[in-house]
Amino acid sequence: MAGATTAGRAHAPSVSSRFMRLSATPGQIALALGITVFLVLFLIVPVGTVIYVAFTEKGTGEFTLVNFLDFARTDLFIRSFWNSVYVSAMSVVVASIFALPLAYITTRFEFRGAMLIQTLGFLPLIMPPFVGAVAMLLLFGRNGTVNLLLDEWFGIKIPFMEGLNGVIFVQAVHYFPFILINLSTALRNIDRSMEEAAQNLGSSGFRLFRRIVFPLAMPGYIAGASLVFVKVFDDLATPLLLNVKDMLAPQAYLRVTSIGIADPMGYVISVVLICMSILAMWISARAMRGKDYATVQRGGGGLAKRTMRPWESALAYAAVLLILLLVLAPHIGLLLLSFATIWSFSPLPDAFTLAHYGRVFGESFVYVKNTLLYASIAGLIDVVLGTAIAYLVLRTKLIGREWLDWAATAALAIPGVVLGIGYLRTFYGVQLPDGTPLATLWITIVLALAIRRLPYALRACYAALQQISVSLEEAAENLGATKMRTVRRVVLPLMAGGILAGFVTSFATAAVELSATLMLVQSNADAPLAYGLYVFMQSAAGRGPGAALGVIAVLLVALCTFASHMIIEKSQRAKGASR
Amino acid sequence: MNQPLPISELGTNAVDVDIRNVDLSYGTNHVLKGINLHIRPGEFFAFLGPSGCGKTTLLRLIAGFNQTDGGEVLVGGRDVSRLPPWKRDVGMVFQSYALWPHMTVRRNVAFGLEERKVSRAEIERRVAAALELVGLAHLADRRPSQLSGGQQQRVAVARTIAIEPKVLLLDEPLSNLDAKMRVQVRRELRDLQQRLGLTTIFVTHDQEEANTICDRIAVMNDGIVQQVGTPMELYEKPANLFVANFLGTANILPGRVVREGGERFFDIDGGVRLPIPAQVVVPEGAKLVFRPQHASLAGHGAGDVLLPGTIVHSEFLGSTLRYVVRIGAAEVSIDTPFHSGETLHQPGTSVEISLSLRSALWLAA
Repeated sequence: MAGATTAGRAHAPSVSSRFMRLSATPGQIALALGITVFLVLFLIVPVGTVIYVAFTEKGTGEFTLVNFLDFARTDLFIRSFWNSVYVSAMSVVVASIFALPLAYITTRFEFRGAMLIQTLGFLPLIMPPFVGAVAMLLLFGRNGTVNLLLDEWFGIKIPFMEGLNGVIFVQAVHYFPFILINLSTALRNIDRSMEEAAQNLGSSGFRLFRRIVFPLAMPGYIAGASLVFVKVFDDLATPLLLNVKDMLAPQAYLRVTSIGIADPMGYVISVVLICMSILAMWISARAMRGKDYATVQRGGGGLAKRTMRPWESALAYAAVLLILLLVLAPHIGLLLLSFATIWSFSPLPDAFTLAHYGRVFGESFVYVKNTLLYASIAGLIDVVLGTAIAYLVLRTKLIGREWLDWAATAALAIPGVVLGIGYLRTFYGVQLPDGTPLATLWITIVLALAIRRLPYALRACYAALQQISVSLEEAAENLGATKMRTVRRVVLPLMAGGILAGFVTSFATAAVELSATLMLVQSNADAPLAYGLYVFMQSAAGRGPGAALGVIAVLLVALCTFASHMIIEKSQRAKGASR
Repeated sequence: MNQPLPISELGTNAVDVDIRNVDLSYGTNHVLKGINLHIRPGEFFAFLGPSGCGKTTLLRLIAGFNQTDGGEVLVGGRDVSRLPPWKRDVGMVFQSYALWPHMTVRRNVAFGLEERKVSRAEIERRVAAALELVGLAHLADRRPSQLSGGQQQRVAVARTIAIEPKVLLLDEPLSNLDAKMRVQVRRELRDLQQRLGLTTIFVTHDQEEANTICDRIAVMNDGIVQQVGTPMELYEKPANLFVANFLGTANILPGRVVREGGERFFDIDGGVRLPIPAQVVVPEGAKLVFRPQHASLAGHGAGDVLLPGTIVHSEFLGSTLRYVVRIGAAEVSIDTPFHSGETLHQPGTSVEISLSLRSALWLAA
C-alpha cells in the first residue's frame, strides 16, 4: 500500500503539469466540497471525538492526561497491552515460519504445484479469522482431533489453543498470506544478475542467500510483516471467540459495551490502538522508502530457478504439504462442522446432516440478505468517492486536492473497533425527527464499512486513472466535448475495469468485516452475516448453523474474489490489445 | 582514471583462455556449435556478432553460468568447465552492472574479497586501490542509486578487478550508456586493460566498439565462429560473406564463373561480364565483393576493369560523394572523394564504374 501511495504521488505532478488548467470549474469545487463533507462527517469527526474524549475530563470537557494515567495504573490494561504486543509479534513470527519456506521454494526452484500454493495461499483471506477460530478449536483444542489422536498414540497433548497460544495460532494461519505474497513478489523482483554477480565474485549457498537475496527481499518482508502486526493488533472477534479478554481491542469493546459509552477508558484504549497502527505503518513505510529494490531488468527475469535433487524435493513436498494442511485446517474443520450432528470429544463428527444449511436458509437468510445489501452499498460509495478523488487529484489543479487523498487514506490507520466506538459516541446524540438515534440505523453500519474500505477502492481507481493518457481527454476536449462529457464518454469507460475491480474488492472484504460493525449492530434484523456468525459461534448449539453460515460466507467472498480477478485480467487484456 | 596504476601485481601473470570444441544446446536449440578459440595472455579479445549469435552464451559459459554439453574451457591451462561459478576466478562485469542496491559502493567492491576471507586490512587496501583505479575513491560511501550510469559502470569494473581475477569478462558493458559516454568509457576500459595487462573478453554487437578497443575479434554467427583476426584483417580479408557484410559496408555482386578459350570470366547476374585475372582463386559459388572505396566513377580512379551501370541515388556526405549504382541486377555503393566545385550526377545517369579487382574479393557464403 505504501509503495502504491508514493508512486501515485510521484506521478501526479508530471501528469497535471503537462497541461496547466487555469482553475477548477464550479462543478469540481462542488464535488470536492461534497467529498470533504462526507469524510469530515463520517471519518474525521468520529475519530476526532474518540481522541477528544480520551484527552478530556469527563463532564467538564477540560484537557487532561488523567485518563492515560489511569490506563497506565490499571494492571488489566497494561497486561492487555503487552498481551496484544506479544500476540501480534508472535503471530508475525509464526506466520513467517509458514510463509518463508513456501515463498522460497516456489520462487527459487522448479517446483510443480507452485501456482497451486500461490493460489491456495489466498484461501485464508476469504474467511474472517474468528470463523476459523471455532473450527481450529475443534481440530487443535485440548480435546480436538489432533490432541485426541496424539493422546491415544503417544500419551501427550500439545496446548496449541490454550489462552494466547490459540489467538496466535489462528491469526498466523489466517494472515500469513500477507507475508507470503509480499515476500514472493520481492523475491521475484530480484534480477538474476544480482545473484550471478555474487557467484562470480566467489559467493554461494547460504552465504549468498544471507548477504544478497534476503537483504534485497527485506523491504517486501517488512511490508507484509507490519501488515500482519496491525491486523492482529486490531482484531477484536478472534480473541473474544476464543474467550481471551485481556487484550487491547477486546478491552476497548468490552468497556464501551458493558460500562457504557461515557466511560473514558474505551477511548484511551482506542487512542493507543491508533498509535500502534500508525507506528507499524510508519515502520513499513520507512522500510520501503528509498529501497525500491525491484531490480529486474528488461528481459532479465527473476532469480534463477533450479531443479531440486530428489531428497530436496521430498523434503520440500513434505514441508509444503504440512503447511498447506495447517492453512486449510480451518476450512476443512468448518466444512466438517457445517455437516456435523455432534462433534465433541471425538476426532471426527459422529454423524452428518444437512439440517444446519436448512436452518440457515430458513430463519437466518436475513443475514445474507443484509450483507449483500450493506456490502453493495458500501462498495458503491467507495468507488464513487474513489473515482471522484482520483479524478480531482490527478486531473485538476484544485488547491488542497491532495488532502482528500490523504484523509481518505488515513482510514487505513483507524482500527475497526475505534471507528465503531467513534460512530456510537458521535451519532448516538444525533436524533431523527421521530426520536431514534442515528447510530441505531443500519445505514450507519454501511457508512462505517464504506469508510473502512475506502483506501483500497481509492487505490484501485487511482491506478485505473493513471493508466489513461491525458492526451485522450485533451483529444475529446479538442473535438468539442465539455469536461463533464469527456469524463462520461472517455474517462469512465476506460476506467471501468479498475472501478469494477475496486468495487468487488470493497464488497468482498466488507462482507466479512466485523470489528467495526460488532459495535453498531442494534438488532438481529439489521445484522450482517459476520455478526450472525459471531452470535452463532458463541454457543455450542449454534456452531453447526454458524459453520453452515461460514461456508456460505466463504463461498460468497470466494466468488467475488474470483470475479474481481477475472475482471482485472480481462480489462488488462483488452487494454493491452488496443495499444 | 588517468592516475598512475597503484598496484600492478595483476599484469605480471596474465593467463590464456582455451576454448575447445564447446557445444551447448537448449533443448533442440543448438546455441554453440563446436567452438574453438584461443585467447592469448593479456589480450583484449572481442566476441562480435548479431543478437542471438551465441556470444553472450559463450561468455556466460566461461564464467560458469552455463554448463557445456561437450568440450572444455581452460583458463591458464586448467580445465574449469566442471567448476561452479564461485570457484572460477573469472571476473565478470554484467550488462546491467548488477550492483547491489542495499550496499554502498565500498561494500559492493569489498564483497568478493570478503567472500575470499581476505584480512580486513588487506580488503581496505585493495578496495581503496580498485576505487582509485577507476577514479571513484571519493564516492565510496554512496549507494549505487546515487551514481550516474557511467559511475555505476566503473563501480562494476572496480568490484570485479578488486578480486584480481585471472580473466575479465565484459558483457556489453557500454550498452547502457549514452553515445557520448560510450566513446569515453571505451577508451578508459582500453586504458585500464592495458595498464593491468589482464586477459579480457568483451562481448558486443557493435563493430565500432570492437574495432576501437580490441586486439583481436572473433566474429560469431549462428553459434559458429566465422573468423578470428585483428580488426584490420577482418576488414581487409573477410573469410566469408557474413564477415564482409557485418564489418563495414560491402558491395556484393552475385554471378557465375564461365570459361571461354582458356580464359575465365565472371558473368554478373543481369548480363555484365568481366574477366578474372589469371592468378586469382575463385571458390565454388563465390560472389564478387568490394568496399565502396575500392571503386569509383570512370575517370576518377585507377581501377582495372570498367563496369557499365545506372545511378539510382546520389548523396553528398561532406568529404565524399556516395552513389548507389545499379549494375546488372545488383545495386552497389560507390564512394568518391568530393572535390570543390564538383556537381552530383543525377539519378538515371548512365555511368561506368572503375573497379580495382586487386582489392576485390571472391567470397562464398
